[in-house]
Amino acid sequence: MTDAADVRAALGDAVAAERLRIVAALIRVTGDWDLAEDCLQDAVERALERWPLDGVPDHPSAWLTTTARRRAVDVLRRRQTERAKLREAQALAELSRDLTGDEPGPYGDDRLKLLFTCCHPALPMAGRVALTLRSVAGLSTRQIARAFLVSEATMGQRLLRTKNKIEHAGIGFRVPEPHRLAARTDAVLAVVYLTFTEGYAATEGEPFRDDLAAEAVQLAGLVAQLLPEDDEALGLHALLLLQHARRAARTDAGGELVTLEDQDRGRWDHDRVVAGLAALAAARATGRPPGYYRLQAEIAGLHATAAHADDTDWVRIVAAYDALLTLRPSPVIALNRAVATGFRDGPAAGLAAVDELGDELADYPLLPAVRADLLRRAGRRREAAAAYRDAVASARSEPERQLLERRLREVSGPAGGS
Amino acid sequence: MKYLMLVGTDPDHTEADAAAAPDIEDWFAYVSGAGKHVVGDRLRPSSAATTVRVRGGELLVTDGPFAETNEWIVGFDVLDCADLDEAIEIASKHSMAYTGRLELRPFWPLDGQ
Repeated sequence: MTDAADVRAALGDAVAAERLRIVAALIRVTGDWDLAEDCLQDAVERALERWPLDGVPDHPSAWLTTTARRRAVDVLRRRQTERAKLREAQALAELSRDLTGDEPGPYGDDRLKLLFTCCHPALPMAGRVALTLRSVAGLSTRQIARAFLVSEATMGQRLLRTKNKIEHAGIGFRVPEPHRLAARTDAVLAVVYLTFTEGYAATEGEPFRDDLAAEAVQLAGLVAQLLPEDDEALGLHALLLLQHARRAARTDAGGELVTLEDQDRGRWDHDRVVAGLAALAAARATGRPPGYYRLQAEIAGLHATAAHADDTDWVRIVAAYDALLTLRPSPVIALNRAVATGFRDGPAAGLAAVDELGDELADYPLLPAVRADLLRRAGRRREAAAAYRDAVASARSEPERQLLERRLREVSGPAGGS
Repeated sequence: MKYLMLVGTDPDHTEADAAAAPDIEDWFAYVSGAGKHVVGDRLRPSSAATTVRVRGGELLVTDGPFAETNEWIVGFDVLDCADLDEAIEIASKHSMAYTGRLELRPFWPLDGQ
């Protein structure tokens, strides 16, 4: 008999190490996404039965792979007798060999094929995110449903429709042609980034939303590991590590939001900062001109390396925003640049930069809050109060509203007045 | 896998897009040379379309297409491809990808799932 805790620990490690490879290989061979997940689940259940009796095998990962593969053979054999199908016969022939079907070369990895398939641009964006979390990250349908605040049935339908589209439209389980690789890699990175921002934007104190951001950091790490030559994959990993490092400091003991400049930098996750800066250095070392994610990582890195808010290198941050605007013009980036200008040259310059943006951002919910902060810094308390009132009205979450109301009280309070 | 490629017009394109559009003869030579082209043709405009329905046992024949839109189907091709990426690749080289729009619809064989 083996101790139950040892079995659980060994099994947990083996699943963490091998789940994705096993599922990706089974999808490649069988084309059946549900079968792949079921076979892995079956292997895990068998391990929970056998390992306490037989002891943990010498190679737990290999044991899981073999058991899942044999399960797939059993299921397909049973199906084949029901109705013989060419695809299943081919799959059976392939399953009789080892599951390590990775082709040689940097793009031969089954896990990479799975990522490109889940993030195919012919799939709806919500489906790409859901399927990536389900099949690549290995979250349950229930977990994904909770993360996106929909019912489990709704998320199950979304996953089913996405898998059906892959099958019916003939989306191949493969890495794109070399001349399409850059654009399709961008599509993969966009899915990971969206997953992260979904988790990061939520500050309602729901623990799982934090997990979503953590999953996105993991996914970014996987993509960077699978595409080590891709500077943007490295840049995205760096960006997410550096942003997520600040997670604990983003709320105070009372659960209220703390802005970057007021955060207790001692509460930043130092290991994540170091890992983020290392990924950023690796992205720079490719020698390619900085892309969309790397530039944002550079900005996050400049914040991460400032010991105090006052030490922040706003000159380089504004320069990075300028480069971002050249690369991908967007009113939201322009607004962020205006904020950085306010720190570099003073609030009056920041306000002028915001006003220059004109009507482009008229409906952007963060605009009143940005103007209010700049007016507060400029000492224009009455105008700041009016802007904070607008900002409270368009706040997107309860913690955001609480922060803005606190600021509103500060500028409306008796301290001097204007 | 077979795809019906519906070739449609789309007013939303620039003169530069039109200038960049490849020659349709080149496209046809490429796609038939690769053995991917099953059949294809231009279609007469919707003014030449006829809609057929049977309702209550009665044959109804009406002039025109299903619905009036800004965009018309002006042609079609049937492509035989390994997968969607290959079909997208072929469609991306068609001149109407630049000045119109191409819709790829997978065949749904009666003996399939």
